[in-house]
Amino acid sequence: MSDNVQDQVIAIIAEQAMLEVEDVSLTASLEDLGIDSLGLVESIFAIEEAFDIQVPFNANEPEKSEFDISSVAAIVAAVEGLVKAQS
Amino acid sequence: MKRVVITGAGTISALGASVPETWEAMREGRCGIGALDIRDVERLSIRIGGQVTGYDAQAHFNRQQISLYDRYTQFALLAAREAIGQAGLTFTGDLAASTGVVLGTSGGGLTTQDENYRTVYEEGKNRVHPFVVPKLMNNAAAAHISMEHNLKGPSFTVATACASSNHAMGQAFNFIRHGMAQVMVTGGSESMLCFGGVKAWEGLRVMSRDACRPFSANRNGMVQGEGAGIFVFEDYHHAKARGAEILAEVIGVAMNSDASDIVMPSKISAERCIVSAMRDAQIDPSEVGYINAHGTGTAANDKTECAAVAGALGAHADKVMISSTKSMHGHLIGGTGAVELLACIMALREGVIAPTINYEEPDPECALDVVPNEAREADVSVVLSNAFAFGGMNAVLALRKAP
Repeated sequence: MSDNVQDQVIAIIAEQAMLEVEDVSLTASLEDLGIDSLGLVESIFAIEEAFDIQVPFNANEPEKSEFDISSVAAIVAAVEGLVKAQS
Repeated sequence: MKRVVITGAGTISALGASVPETWEAMREGRCGIGALDIRDVERLSIRIGGQVTGYDAQAHFNRQQISLYDRYTQFALLAAREAIGQAGLTFTGDLAASTGVVLGTSGGGLTTQDENYRTVYEEGKNRVHPFVVPKLMNNAAAAHISMEHNLKGPSFTVATACASSNHAMGQAFNFIRHGMAQVMVTGGSESMLCFGGVKAWEGLRVMSRDACRPFSANRNGMVQGEGAGIFVFEDYHHAKARGAEILAEVIGVAMNSDASDIVMPSKISAERCIVSAMRDAQIDPSEVGYINAHGTGTAANDKTECAAVAGALGAHADKVMISSTKSMHGHLIGGTGAVELLACIMALREGVIAPTINYEEPDPECALDVVPNEAREADVSVVLSNAFAFGGMNAVLALRKAP
């Protein structure tokens, strides 16, 4: 399950960043990958659609969001948490 | 060039159904934002807005009119009645032939679209009311004002998202300034507080779930409002000759574009627009006493706007008062500049600066005098009104006390 979440999240981010999947490292931040604020909300939308979850994220206060977007690994962990909470 | 004055004002918003009611609310720092009362609100994650409450369309319009008037058109017509009534003008002959209506709106008849998409998609019906198109179109409000008041000059609608009203009023100002009309009816109207309207905004993740707190460090987004503001702009000599009461003088406008990002604001471009408006008005930054901010309550706008104001006004930025009345009436999108112009007129005419309410924590990136929480008495002679829209389209107006 968790590998699957990770692969899917990386695929979504790679598509948004217009990169190959292998070029998206877990330690990279979205900024490192060249994803701007619009790219971020679009990625979150794609994640919500892919996993049928609600991601709590307000672009005005990303630091206060329970959804950690500081790195690809953090996003994967946050999505895993939300998927688990859902089931 | 001709001098241009404002001889009539009208409005309806969450703050009131007339200019006196709105000024009273602004003076008291009253918040018009509350729980949204709309169909399917339970399917929204954003459930607050500056809604016009206690509104009864049938008290103002007959059945045939209601079947043709979207809510945004109704608001525009009510505000226009108040404005034109105050101006005391009757449009006949040459005056009717040259007077037009330039309005700002972004969504137009969005509620009509929302209701009728429901009919065909959700309810699966294959028939809609025959007036859907004339009711939803973006120029419907301007058209109905022209019909109700016999205005046969140039009329059109400007759509530049959150700057629509300022662009519209800038156009009306230029028409009179350049002698193409002696009177113009202008302003803006918006009514996007329907399920589809709010749902679309939710998607961007820039909306607040609890309050609009412009310039406050704990601000967490914008809150939508609805309503209209309509004004009568008039050639100064025309107004003077007929002994009209003058509310304020419009002295300058500037419009420009960021040409950079579809949603993120640009400090350089906003600053350039403010500087150009002051130059157009032939005023020195030190003359500006008050700025009605765009002040949406988003992280990005408020810090960018403060930096732009600081850049444009230099050392005088520390002395100027700047407030965002969106904290009270919400963001009326295409109608917002028009309702906000009322705060500018109140400052010039009544000597009262509308506050930025819900201000809780200072933000070092918004270190200007934002007139926090309480209105202030002040004698100001020149004011600016900022509007910086999605799409990077900016429009700033400059006003002076009535001559």
